[in-house]
Amino acid sequence: MKVLTSPSLWIVLLVVLAVALIPMIANLPALREELFVLLMLIILASSVNIIMGYTGYVSFGHIVFFGIGGYTGFFLVQTLQMHVALAALIGGGVASLIAFLMGMPVLRLRGAYFALATIGINEAFRTLVTNIDQLGGAVGMLLQFSVYDAYGGAKEASQLAYYGIILVALLTITASFMIKKSKFGLALMAIREDQDTAMVLGIDPARAKVMTYAISAFFPALAGALFFFKNGNIEPGPAFELHRSIEALVMVMLGGFGTVTGPIIGAFVYERLRGFLITDPTFSNAHLVISGALLLIIVLFVTAGVIGWLRQQSPVLRRYLE
Amino acid sequence: MNFEVLIASSIDGLTLGFVFGLMAMGLTLIFGVMKVINLGHGPFIVMGMFAVLVLSQNLGINPYVALPIVIVLGLVTGIVTYFVAVHRVINAPELTTLLATFSVNMMLIGALTILFTTSPRGLSLELPSFRAGTITVLGTRVVAVLIASLVTGALYAFLYRTHTGKSIRAVANNRAAAELMGINSSWILALSFGIGTVLAMVAGSLLATLFGFTVLSGGGLETKSFVIVVLGGLGNPTGALLGGIIIGLLESITTIFMPVSYVPVFEFVVFILILLFRPNGILGAR
Amino acid sequence: MILEIQNVSRRFGGLLALDKVSFTVKENEILGLIGPNGAGKTTLFNAVNGVFPPTEGRVIFRGADMTGKPPFALAQMGMSRTHQIVRPLNELTVRENVTVGACFGREKHGLDAASKIADEVLEFVGLKDRAEMLAAKLNVAQKKRLELARALAQKPILILLDEVLAGLNEQEVAGMVAVIRKVRGQGVTIMMIEHLMHAVMNLSDRVVVLDYGAKIAEGTPAEVSANERVIEAYLGDPKVAQRFLEGG
Ligand SMILES: Nc1ncnc2c1ncn2[C@@H]1O[C@H](COP(=O)(O)OP(=O)(O)OP(=O)(O)O)[C@@H](O)[C@H]1O
Ligand SMILES: [Mg+2]
Repeated sequence: MKVLTSPSLWIVLLVVLAVALIPMIANLPALREELFVLLMLIILASSVNIIMGYTGYVSFGHIVFFGIGGYTGFFLVQTLQMHVALAALIGGGVASLIAFLMGMPVLRLRGAYFALATIGINEAFRTLVTNIDQLGGAVGMLLQFSVYDAYGGAKEASQLAYYGIILVALLTITASFMIKKSKFGLALMAIREDQDTAMVLGIDPARAKVMTYAISAFFPALAGALFFFKNGNIEPGPAFELHRSIEALVMVMLGGFGTVTGPIIGAFVYERLRGFLITDPTFSNAHLVISGALLLIIVLFVTAGVIGWLRQQSPVLRRYLE
Repeated sequence: MNFEVLIASSIDGLTLGFVFGLMAMGLTLIFGVMKVINLGHGPFIVMGMFAVLVLSQNLGINPYVALPIVIVLGLVTGIVTYFVAVHRVINAPELTTLLATFSVNMMLIGALTILFTTSPRGLSLELPSFRAGTITVLGTRVVAVLIASLVTGALYAFLYRTHTGKSIRAVANNRAAAELMGINSSWILALSFGIGTVLAMVAGSLLATLFGFTVLSGGGLETKSFVIVVLGGLGNPTGALLGGIIIGLLESITTIFMPVSYVPVFEFVVFILILLFRPNGILGAR
Repeated sequence: MILEIQNVSRRFGGLLALDKVSFTVKENEILGLIGPNGAGKTTLFNAVNGVFPPTEGRVIFRGADMTGKPPFALAQMGMSRTHQIVRPLNELTVRENVTVGACFGREKHGLDAASKIADEVLEFVGLKDRAEMLAAKLNVAQKKRLELARALAQKPILILLDEVLAGLNEQEVAGMVAVIRKVRGQGVTIMMIEHLMHAVMNLSDRVVVLDYGAKIAEGTPAEVSANERVIEAYLGDPKVAQRFLEGG
């Protein structure tokens, strides 16, 4: 595949990989925890960008797939002693399947109606899981410590999860790039611009959208499975946290809607900024107010996001910055 | 099944439903007029709660007497919010306005947390209850229904009887045409946002007279408003009122038949089904 | 026979926008479709290519019954169209717009082949130097050419042109007319809606006239311009009648 040899992709992958490996080489467990969350957000934001930035469908409740993957993976690891890698893959498959089945009706909705429906789906899953005793109900599940023994102990298990999340992040970025550069991606962008015209030009939007939705559900589910495995417990609240979902949209906007690097930069900036505001004594109280104000400024004045803005500045950047 | 339990639950649900309806009308009015889903709706509701709290506890004003002040506060908050956060992007794709109003949500929740922390609050309000046989209706509920009805009536009178109200409906119907007729749409949009905010805040104040609350109570009430609004048809105030009553009844009556924790599952499934099969709400045509 | 339109009606609520219209389009001809404003010409295109399926009647394209099939099915079978009110894919470049046509039209090319075709077609319609521009940034005349380029890149058997000459100046009209002739020269069948009478009368082999949704005349340009019902229909609209008499 020609796209896979593109320097625009390799540079991004190498930078992400290099940063992600710092805590492993320099042995900084605290940094590793931070980067785990950052990689997870990159996965979430990039996935949201595939359905929202490329296709124009604002999936507000996208976190539902993170939760579905998390619960599926956790359940399999816990009750069947399945290896976490396999459990995560099955979680991804389940999330994609659910996205596929729900996508068929839901993706017929346009604009605000679709956004609302995805919120409804997330809330429905959250409240449903709260009622299922086999999944621990409202209090959730706690991983038996012995499960980690199969991986050589808790420390090793959490290292494995970290390598896993790096891999998933790199895969998500690659998928995002390949879609953007493919014929399929062109169809998505045509749908985003004007679905009726896309149809007149020969594109079957229903099929393209539902496939995209299933793809964009896969990666967050893997991330969810790894995250909750590492944490050792899972609860409905954190698994299906609508607020997180909206933050992912913010990251996409911040970095640049419809670009490959945008969600990565967006996740990085957002997470760093929040970290700074929360820990800095002068700002910690006001961190929500400040983040909100910054978001508003971006929404009102820098609609293209960081990467989008850079791409507008010169043809060279437009060529190499995806 | 006990008949009296059913009656009592129905009355409970009905009274709560009126307040829910009022709350959702705020959201649906804004959507109806400018096609914006206001993600600041939850914090507006919470602002109403804390406004009565401060006015009654710190300034000693009776919560009900404080309502006119809440209304003025809501109007100002809404209009300012519109011009600061919404006006510039009013014609942008929905994602933009969703995020703009979400930023308002973040700022308000942040500010309210600084001012009040997230610890639980409540109003201590003593009103006589009404009794018939074994059925008791709390006085606060009766007053809440009366006020909710009064505000709804005033809203309709305003929308259908006054010149400004008619302008709002004209803008909701077709903004471009309304502008051609000489209506200043910016001002009308700002005013509508203000009225939507007033409805949310008054509903919040009334809810504060019924239940305990925190700065974070808005999230759940906001999603509930979404459900109600979709049930009644996005942009349809009468539908929202009806939707509120349905949800209020549903939440109180279904608890007799199913575990309380299943009620929200049921609600959200209905919500999705309505979006799919009756996108104009239960009242609207297909 | 490329296209057979049989008794096609289309209703919008109480309005009968098309009333049992029947005619056929033959291979490699240019068929002009004329009629006063609101006659139902664009609606006929929409009914034929599946945007608004007919409420009654059949559309047979290349021997297959395509009534009510979605627009992409018709596009993939070789029917492309332009829009009277231009519909560029705004945030895509001009080249990308045209590449979409080549990728998903009749020949379904891969991305590389498609973008080569796009460049050829852009050269053909004279938009080559705008290839890198965002489609939103084009002026109206250029957007009209983009519509045509996109439709041509689909490598159609039949192309439906909806007022591609409207709003162009004299020189641009001449250029576009030449382009249309060349397209036909490549073996493409053309059905075109046009208000500009001298152009449509010059270009068309045959002309179909619609009025209030019904077909009122069909024939060679000479036959049609002599037809009393046609003149009467246009006399209802003096400005057009003027142009019609001058041009015809
Ligand atoms: N989607 C629609 N919904 C309702 N009515 C429509 C729709 N599309 C067209 N019409 C109506 O159908 C009639 C025919 O319209 P159409 O656009 O086909 O006319 P036309 O012949 O193309 O006119 P013009 O020369 O002005 O382009 C008009 O009365 C129009 O208002
Ligand atoms: Mg027309």
